[in-house]
Amino acid sequence: MNVIETEDLTRVFTGRPNRKDRFRRPRHVAVDGLSLTVEAGESVGYIGANGAGKSTTIKMLVGILVPTSGAVTTVGLHPLKQRRALARRVGVVFGQRSQLWWDLPVQESFSILSSIHSLPAADERVRTAELVEMLEMGEFLATPVRQLSLGQRMRAEVAAALLHRPELLILDEPTIGLDVLSKQRLREFLVAQRREHGTTLLLTTHDMGDVERLCDRILVVDHGSLAFDGTFDGLARTVGARRELVVDLAAASPDLVDLDGAEHVRSESGGLRQRLAFDPQRTTAARVLAAVSERVEVLDLSITEPDIEDVVREIYRATRR
Amino acid sequence: MAEPKVQRRLRPWQTLPDGLRAYRAVLASRGRSQASYRASFRMDLVGAVLVGLIEFSEVWVLYSATDQIGGFTLAQILLVFGLADLAFSLADLVAGHCDNLPVYVRAGTLDVFFLRPQPVLAQLITSDLSLRRLARSLVGATALTAGLVLNDIDWSAGTVGLLVLALVCGFVIFSAQFVTAAGLQFFLINGSEMTNAFVYGGRYAATQPANVWPRALLVVFGAIFPVAFAAYLPVSTLLGAPGPAGLPTWVGWCAPVAALWAVVFAWLCWRWGLRHYRGAGG
Repeated sequence: MNVIETEDLTRVFTGRPNRKDRFRRPRHVAVDGLSLTVEAGESVGYIGANGAGKSTTIKMLVGILVPTSGAVTTVGLHPLKQRRALARRVGVVFGQRSQLWWDLPVQESFSILSSIHSLPAADERVRTAELVEMLEMGEFLATPVRQLSLGQRMRAEVAAALLHRPELLILDEPTIGLDVLSKQRLREFLVAQRREHGTTLLLTTHDMGDVERLCDRILVVDHGSLAFDGTFDGLARTVGARRELVVDLAAASPDLVDLDGAEHVRSESGGLRQRLAFDPQRTTAARVLAAVSERVEVLDLSITEPDIEDVVREIYRATRR
Repeated sequence: MAEPKVQRRLRPWQTLPDGLRAYRAVLASRGRSQASYRASFRMDLVGAVLVGLIEFSEVWVLYSATDQIGGFTLAQILLVFGLADLAFSLADLVAGHCDNLPVYVRAGTLDVFFLRPQPVLAQLITSDLSLRRLARSLVGATALTAGLVLNDIDWSAGTVGLLVLALVCGFVIFSAQFVTAAGLQFFLINGSEMTNAFVYGGRYAATQPANVWPRALLVVFGAIFPVAFAAYLPVSTLLGAPGPAGLPTWVGWCAPVAALWAVVFAWLCWRWGLRHYRGAGG
């Protein structure tokens, strides 16, 4: 079964007429003839630059916005005509807006949401306990939402979206602003959730790590239409999703060129810090480090992931050619 | 893959208890959260009573300059003020937060309503319950009681029925104004300036004898936003007072028609506004 189906989905925003041209309303095509299918159980990363049409697409998928033209079906339902039936089967997390009651304890938000989704009392207990355990929310269950840290609130938001066991979970920027540990925890939870319940995932993100660890399929959207549809490996092959090893050296050294599997990007502080790019498909950070250590003494190191903005820019460049 | 749930189409009355459970849960939580901020709640209560008293003092001042306005004495106007003010404050308690719609839109709360299996308007109305407005209704209730004692009322089942009818219809009319205001605010930038004119202006107009209004106000508050039916017309009928020229004395019994119109108008405005928000064209 297809969980998401869109055909030639288009959304045009018309602004207010401006003073110069009173009779023409400015038009902005946010989503432009988008056709895509997501099957049950897939995990899809939906990425693109700011303003590429990601949020607009999501709003049309769940019935908040009406398409200008084209068709959209979510879990087999029409999002506008069957919005309420759809709401029972889809969970949505908007990173920027909360579904919790800011002045109530987390526990109480869960119990209101259970009522909203008319979960039977026994089911509510089991499901809440399960989510509390998996997302490690026990310690802040009695804390009012407004006092939670961002990481805690995000976990509570994800739990809130999953209480009614939706078939499809849509996450809009779920890891934005989270620290590394919180991100990692959330990703692990989502992977487990998928494994156990077969939940279909659609997520938008600016974090390459999210895409790499969570998604087995990636859609890149550019100016409202699809620029790439494939696996992470495919994406990495297309744009060369290279990582950078940054090494701080004990003594200034000439540029570390001709290393096996790594390429010198640039040197800073007169050669005390050097940046080396490598392809994780072909070598490992450890091997690159070993090669560097043979030549010079390394004091400190860090690895930077490719920025999703860069990846997207590369894709745009490749497809617009 | 999660079990595909069989969606059996339920009749509205079959889904009712379940639907109510959702609203009950939200409303109960609102009550509890207000009770948990005691000091702030008490301040709100005092403030609400003060506002009510100030509004009543406006009427008092008017009558200190003259014995009669529009054929109504102070005792008689107490009935009009009390009835209108009580109906308005109860409507404010239940639906008053609707005209805060721009705040809901900016905070993204409205989008969240779309993600839940209840009608958006029902969620908006039940999203809050300002208990402090109960205190506000004390002012209206006191004025109404005083009016009932001071006037020479020919008590019968009919008069009681008329009073209850007026109160219920007044409540419905004022609640509908709040929903109308919400619907219109989807279109208007800083729309509360405009909608306040008929929401709060309407409340003020309803506490006065309508036969002193200029013609334009009669059209606006007698027909479009029919607040004259909330108190003035039923009280005219109740007291057998000379109502507005050219209208029969039983016109006070037409309050349900006015309430129905207000509801239909509000529903249309809301639908229209929501369509605009979702971008389906106006």
